[in-house]
Amino acid sequence: MSIKHMQEYRDPVISKGLIESLWRISNRPIRLMEVCGTHTMSVFKNGIRSVLPENITLVSGPGCPVCVTPQNEIDAFLGLSMLEDVVITTFGDLIRVPGTQSSLQRERARGKDIRVVYSSLDALDIARKNPDKKVVFLGVGFETTAPTIAASITMAREDNITNYHVFSAHKLVPPVLAGLMEIPDVRVDGFMLPGHVSVIIGSDAYITFAERFRAPCVIAGFEPADILHAISMLAEQIEAGFGRLENAYTRAVTAKGNQKALALINQVFETVDTCWRGIGTVPLSGLKIREEFSAFDAEQVFEIIVPYSEAQTGCVCGEILTGIKSPPDCPLYKRLCTPTEPFGPCMVSSEGTCAAYYRYYCG
Amino acid sequence: MKTRQILLDHGSGGRLSHELITGLMLPAFDNAPLSELHDGARLDIAGMRLAFSTDSYVVDPIFFPGGDIGVLSVNGTVNDLAMCGAAPLFLSAGLIIEEGFCLDDLDRIIASMTSAAKNAGVTIVTGDTKVVPAGTADKIFINTSGIGLIPEGIIISGDRAQPGDKVIISGPIADHGVTILVQRKGMEFESDITSDTTPLNHMVGGMLSSCPDIHVLRDPTRGGVGTSLNEIAERSRVGIKLYEDKIPIRAETAGICELLGLDPLYIANEGKLLAFVRPEHVNRVLSVMKKHHAGKDACLIGEVISDSHAKVIMRTRIGGTRIVDMPAGEQLPRIC
Repeated sequence: MSIKHMQEYRDPVISKGLIESLWRISNRPIRLMEVCGTHTMSVFKNGIRSVLPENITLVSGPGCPVCVTPQNEIDAFLGLSMLEDVVITTFGDLIRVPGTQSSLQRERARGKDIRVVYSSLDALDIARKNPDKKVVFLGVGFETTAPTIAASITMAREDNITNYHVFSAHKLVPPVLAGLMEIPDVRVDGFMLPGHVSVIIGSDAYITFAERFRAPCVIAGFEPADILHAISMLAEQIEAGFGRLENAYTRAVTAKGNQKALALINQVFETVDTCWRGIGTVPLSGLKIREEFSAFDAEQVFEIIVPYSEAQTGCVCGEILTGIKSPPDCPLYKRLCTPTEPFGPCMVSSEGTCAAYYRYYCG
Repeated sequence: MKTRQILLDHGSGGRLSHELITGLMLPAFDNAPLSELHDGARLDIAGMRLAFSTDSYVVDPIFFPGGDIGVLSVNGTVNDLAMCGAAPLFLSAGLIIEEGFCLDDLDRIIASMTSAAKNAGVTIVTGDTKVVPAGTADKIFINTSGIGLIPEGIIISGDRAQPGDKVIISGPIADHGVTILVQRKGMEFESDITSDTTPLNHMVGGMLSSCPDIHVLRDPTRGGVGTSLNEIAERSRVGIKLYEDKIPIRAETAGICELLGLDPLYIANEGKLLAFVRPEHVNRVLSVMKKHHAGKDACLIGEVISDSHAKVIMRTRIGGTRIVDMPAGEQLPRIC
């Protein structure tokens, strides 16, 4: 999609109209969750909270992949970086995330070979060019990044690249939505569902969740007008007293999603129960590399030694990831936990709620 | 638990760089010109007002569309002097070269430095060359230092921004950083973006002749416009209000930033300046800037407001507000 076309969704006049109608239609106090970290960032970057009626509260959800990666997996990444002849390749977001005793950034400063890449295919290329090294890609992400990572594994097999491995810490969005609803303190009146994830999985993937919980759900794009439109649709549903699944991002999201991408995910990965930071184990919410591809599975190939792993105490990442608390409610926020000295991943990920508050929040 | 060590972020121009300078260098070297934390030091010697500045260049790759490490090293120090209100005169050049470096490439770099110096009207009068064993430096690093004369009556300083001042930018932002990024290994974008590296001293000379009472000048290099504005707000103890829809950026640059999740406000420029001027001087300064190639797209992007918290605030396109914070670390290392 061209940038020129995107401008419509940033048009101040369109946004102004949406804001005015929101002030007209929304009366009762409601809490809406932006499930996706990219939504959280866009909300802050565009100053959307500052233009909403006071009765609408936006809370952030578990949609920041780095943030929901549990501490023991972060420590396992660090453990992998200690192994001889291993090159760690990762998206930049993970670099600063604190493990129990170090971070990838600090290990890089100590001379470990840790490289930031923009795609798993770049990591595969590094493996191709360095046959004497073992290249591990840290597969942290949702349904959005899983297809290209699956593709990198099938390509590695086709091209007989045996020194490429993936640590799959992938998580799935629809199962965690149900997981959230099971947590007693979670109070959300409507869900703004992630646009990018939905492009892959399609809107039908949420039908079971929406029907089971009668939850107002709207799939949203990422431009200011997209988000304001989705908030209006959620407010309308709630004011009218019903909850259903709607798609406000029809220019990109279809009912069935991207079938090719889904087939690729299914070819390489199987769904397993997995642990989310702050939420706990959610049934069938993770992706594990299938046995058939175990030669590419870093967890199968390497003996990863994690010396000591413990989540930071005092950090309320868990309650922030479930929308129960906001960053200013955390005693560490801005006092002891800052982007340069982070306690939890939410403060360092580019999609983290604490990072968004720290960078953009005027309060 | 954590070892004290230098991270790439310490060289980013962002918050960690700032902490390193104010926590380590400033108390250790402790003197008045340094404590101004400007692009260069202002010195009074024998009745003359001199500006003195130094900068090291480690850009990777060393050749990129729109320039190379040589031209960058000359323009960078020329611009640092110009941001003190000085007319740059003499430069030094220190080269650290890796064993095995191709002499043809060195020829190209020296030729670039020669033509950049000529273009800026400065003379490279002294230098040094060191060669280090292969693997102990990456190809070539260049340090340049420079001195210039500050004309009578010109007081440019980061602490002079005053409520009511208007903030001008000389043209579209983020081109240099994005150019370097797309050239990096593994980034295969088709792109026509070129580095904006250019000397700003001729334009600054014109601006100061027309309006000697410019309060602050700053070239938003490493750390970008967002970092520079935060530094100025902090030094001057004022707030700065930006208008998102006024900030110029080329569509292609904006597109690449968006694709890669980078905020152009924090991306390096090498041929842009920010000027803080009284409202009544805005039109005069803008009209001078627009006559120069380096300032033909100059425009107003914000204003200074009273705020003891020294925050930079952005009014967004949709009429909301948000903070523009100083970034924790550089999004891209070795940009200049």
